[in-house]
Amino acid sequence: MKFTLGWLKEHLETDASLNEITDKLTALGLELEEVEDPAEKFAPFKVAYVEKAEKHPDADRLNVCIVDTGTEKVQVVCGAPNAKTGMKAIFAPAGSYVPGTDMTLKKGNIRGQDSNGMLVSEREMGLSDEHDGIIELAEDAKIGTPFSELYGLDDPIIDIALTPNRADCAGILGIARDLAAAGMGTLKPLKNEEIKGDFKSPVDVSIEAKTECPIFFGRYIKNVENKPSPDWMQKRLKAIGLRPISALVDITNYVSMDLCRPLHVFDADKLQGNIHVRMGKGGEELEALNDKSYKITDAMTVVADDSGALALGGIVGGVSTGCTEGTTNVFVECAYFDPYTTAKTGRALQIDSDARYRFERGVDPEFTRDGIEIATQLILELCGGEVSEVVSDGAMPKWQREVDFDFAYTKKLSSLDVPEKRQTEILESLGFGVKGNKISPPSWRGDIDGKADIVEEVVRVVGYDKIEAVSVRSAQAVSGSAETLEASRKRKARGALSTRGMYECVTYSFLNKELAENFKTNDKQELLTLQNPISNDLNQMRPSIVPNLIQAAQNNADRGNVNNGLFEVGPIFPSAKPDAQLSVATGIRFGTKAGKHWSGAEANRNLDIYDAKADAIAALEAVGVSTGNLQVSREAAGYYHPGRSGALKQGKNILAQFGEFHPAVLEEMDVKANIVGFEVFLDNVPAGKNKGFSRPLLKASQFQPVSRDFAFIVDEHVEADAIARTTKNVDRQLIAAVEVFDVYQGKGVDEGKKSVAIKVVIQPVKQTLTDAEIESISQKIIGTVSDKTGATLRG
Amino acid sequence: MSDMTANIAQLKDELSSMVEAANDLDSLESARVQVLGKKGRITGLMKTLGQMDPEERKTTGAALNVLKDEIADLIATQERALKRQVLEERLANETMDVSLSPRPETRGTIHPISQTMEELISIFASMGFSISEGPDIEDDWHNFTALNFPPGHPAREMHDTFYLPDDPDETGEASKKLLRTHTSTVQIRAMKDQGVPIKTIVMGRTYRSDYDITHTPMFHQCEGLYIDKNVNMGHLKGCVLDFARAYFDIDDLPLQFRPSFFPFTEPSAEIDIGCSRKDGGLKIGAGEDWLEIGGCGMVHPNVIKNCGFDPDEYQGFAFGMGVERMAMLKYGIPDLRTFFESDVRWLEHYGFDPLDRPNRATKSK
Repeated sequence: MKFTLGWLKEHLETDASLNEITDKLTALGLELEEVEDPAEKFAPFKVAYVEKAEKHPDADRLNVCIVDTGTEKVQVVCGAPNAKTGMKAIFAPAGSYVPGTDMTLKKGNIRGQDSNGMLVSEREMGLSDEHDGIIELAEDAKIGTPFSELYGLDDPIIDIALTPNRADCAGILGIARDLAAAGMGTLKPLKNEEIKGDFKSPVDVSIEAKTECPIFFGRYIKNVENKPSPDWMQKRLKAIGLRPISALVDITNYVSMDLCRPLHVFDADKLQGNIHVRMGKGGEELEALNDKSYKITDAMTVVADDSGALALGGIVGGVSTGCTEGTTNVFVECAYFDPYTTAKTGRALQIDSDARYRFERGVDPEFTRDGIEIATQLILELCGGEVSEVVSDGAMPKWQREVDFDFAYTKKLSSLDVPEKRQTEILESLGFGVKGNKISPPSWRGDIDGKADIVEEVVRVVGYDKIEAVSVRSAQAVSGSAETLEASRKRKARGALSTRGMYECVTYSFLNKELAENFKTNDKQELLTLQNPISNDLNQMRPSIVPNLIQAAQNNADRGNVNNGLFEVGPIFPSAKPDAQLSVATGIRFGTKAGKHWSGAEANRNLDIYDAKADAIAALEAVGVSTGNLQVSREAAGYYHPGRSGALKQGKNILAQFGEFHPAVLEEMDVKANIVGFEVFLDNVPAGKNKGFSRPLLKASQFQPVSRDFAFIVDEHVEADAIARTTKNVDRQLIAAVEVFDVYQGKGVDEGKKSVAIKVVIQPVKQTLTDAEIESISQKIIGTVSDKTGATLRG
Repeated sequence: MSDMTANIAQLKDELSSMVEAANDLDSLESARVQVLGKKGRITGLMKTLGQMDPEERKTTGAALNVLKDEIADLIATQERALKRQVLEERLANETMDVSLSPRPETRGTIHPISQTMEELISIFASMGFSISEGPDIEDDWHNFTALNFPPGHPAREMHDTFYLPDDPDETGEASKKLLRTHTSTVQIRAMKDQGVPIKTIVMGRTYRSDYDITHTPMFHQCEGLYIDKNVNMGHLKGCVLDFARAYFDIDDLPLQFRPSFFPFTEPSAEIDIGCSRKDGGLKIGAGEDWLEIGGCGMVHPNVIKNCGFDPDEYQGFAFGMGVERMAMLKYGIPDLRTFFESDVRWLEHYGFDPLDRPNRATKSK
């Protein structure tokens, strides 16, 4: 919301400085965005007297002038033909920035004569294209008078950010009222008289859409002259960024900005019949004054005549009945349009007009009647004409309400101790009625609906800076830890994965729909699509974080980072059900372990699914899963490589999946690099039983462990883990660890078979084992593994 | 002096020279065998002792034992010298290129968003706030209506909401699904689930359909809520002041409230902290200018009512701020959009050491 200081002073009698006013605006909640003082730009330019102008001795077209600036006399070389002795002109000293030529003046010497500045033309000041000569001022112009003052360019432009609740301050009058309440001066009474009509309006008004347009005033004015508006009005409109068009149009804009009272003026000669306010009809269209055409629906309010829709109520007028230079008879509209319908229509048609801005925030309904008189007054003053009686339909919407208010509540809520008398004074100066404990907000404050609003009015005028800060460090403090289980798990997973050399990423929760389709767990899975995505690349809620990380990996590879690990701990949306959100720790590794390195092959080996499995296990361990007892199955989602992926399960519950990705999916994404990944489903991890902080007692055996190696020949489809697990189960007390240390297929092993070698650690508990006891366990291992897996001991 | 004695003295000279002449470990070993071995010279002489008379045996035996010990010592000394020589020769050849890089190991980093959230949590936890959570997919009621946004109000439009298909399992406002535009939805959930009094913070993803230099369609917010019977605006100011000073680690950081508008708070305020802007740089601290860090206010009575509590009995405050903005201000990260680009160079540069987790007791870089 822009306005000028001069315009504000039409409503506010004040001695306050510009700075005091702008500081107070922010303190009141009318946040200052910018102040532009044009006087600053023109500050160096002042009226000067040309004491002497003589021909340049060495240049025919130039004059050498002695200029009296009021403080000194300087010599200036001037090329203007109209430079003459005794004239008053505008002088710019060396060092000033000349706006019209975008140059900074320097002291110079022109053909042997010093020049210490410039006498300027209108073009050089950016006022017009006039450059035939320098500006000639009247003889009585006072030496030293600032150019900006002389030309009326000294009115600072103030821009404030308006919060959506303050419709009243979408008019300069409202801003003045707030400032006056805050001690920045006195609000001037608004001049407004009822103007008697001389005849009955030939155009009548009727409202069908009474909810959307409760009240409508109109007036016919004949024999107007629609010339350009006067200079003072044009200057103000231009200052706030509005282009002057013609007196009639400028008046509507002026009243809208000045009083937050949008108006419309129809060219009455273009109307057919009377005005009706009704809902739109399907198929209706409007050629609007903003040069766009709009399709109207039955949810929109239109102002129509017998020919059809003429304007969208409260939003924009139409071309067909717009005022032009030739307009002589007009019909003025001043109506109240419902904020909700106005907002909905404006949003649907994407029209951002000054009228919509005001109506959707809620203009003062009570002021509708005043609006028509003020508009009439201005039209009569600027365009002449004869006015009809006012025609109207509808009834004033009920805006009156009362708030029960205990003045002590101000202190209870805000901590500020404001005497009741002062509170009353503030509220009354803002237009509120105060009767005992009943407060009635004024008609222009539709945003006030309860006692907290009243407190805000008082406190913002007193000043938020008066509120003293009081610590709440210990009040109502939680006794336990602040973290939830979920927050704790996410933090621990992040810590585990980043210490393993992976970089944490944060990627969008949505991605491209086609890409997302490849990352469904199965074909039946349905996903969530955004109704209004910001782009088609971001239109589907992600069913997995993997595609985002693969894309990130590719982008990094393109930048030369070909070996890396990325992870993200965040939400996925694996179903069309909106409440199916899960927290997942997802990571991928791509390329080789570290790239080529002198130390040899280990650094440059391709990352494989066992790296991804290790990551998954590390994340699971970090969130409290003891992974030694998890089952490994081949149940990873469909976007994993069917033969080179697995799931880590606890019973039926899949805690994590890992592996290579499906070659078809990678091809679709144009990925050629080696890539593996994992997903840990944090929500599937069962909450640990609350056992407190105490740990079970450590039982460390004092006897030396014994280790024995076994090599089995087994069918190639038997998983190594089956052998290890079976072995472990032979004696869960004595067998402390089983590790597969060799898997071999090839020469010496029959086709279709493989050799699996395990190291078994036997940990005596009560006493050292005898050779016979160890031998007995060994035989039991061989026997059980053979029975369960069909293995034979390798000879 | 008997012959034997003279022989032994001579033998000693002979054997000593032999040992000293051995210039590597092998010849020393063969010398040892020749002298002390089973068939060695001294051993041989020892064997003759049996044929001697007792007196001679006694003196010769003693002399031989002395000789044996002397030669053994000599061999040991020579062996040490030779071993040392061998070692030195070996060491002379055993150099490695210490300039080579160690075997590669990488340490990843924690994303600035996570780091900042943990910092915020640690500060607010020290002030007695505990975490609450809520879903990213919300409905119209939780995101707007319960938070006192009237239907059709322009404030709803300011949020540029992403909508999802209606949920067929729900009706009315609960069926209108959307991506939450702010974490304030969790105020409602937390109050309804946990009741009042409540002192809680929320961190999470939020979504608005906006993309330019200063907006991304997804970002993160931190939200605080404190409701009790006598919580007032002074407490609100104290809370955000304590927080801002702790977060920016500036004891005298100035803070101001500016009146503003949020549908769910009344009175409402924007939070500014002091700063100075010189030569295009921004320095947070006491200065001539102000910098907005978030919004706050006293929770609107309608919101408390919507959660099932009596606003005449309970009142309190809420505040919110952008996590990315807080990270950018503290750590000098210039561009919001880069947070979501997963560029390893950026993650390495702006990310945090996984072992340097925020904690109120310790100091981060």
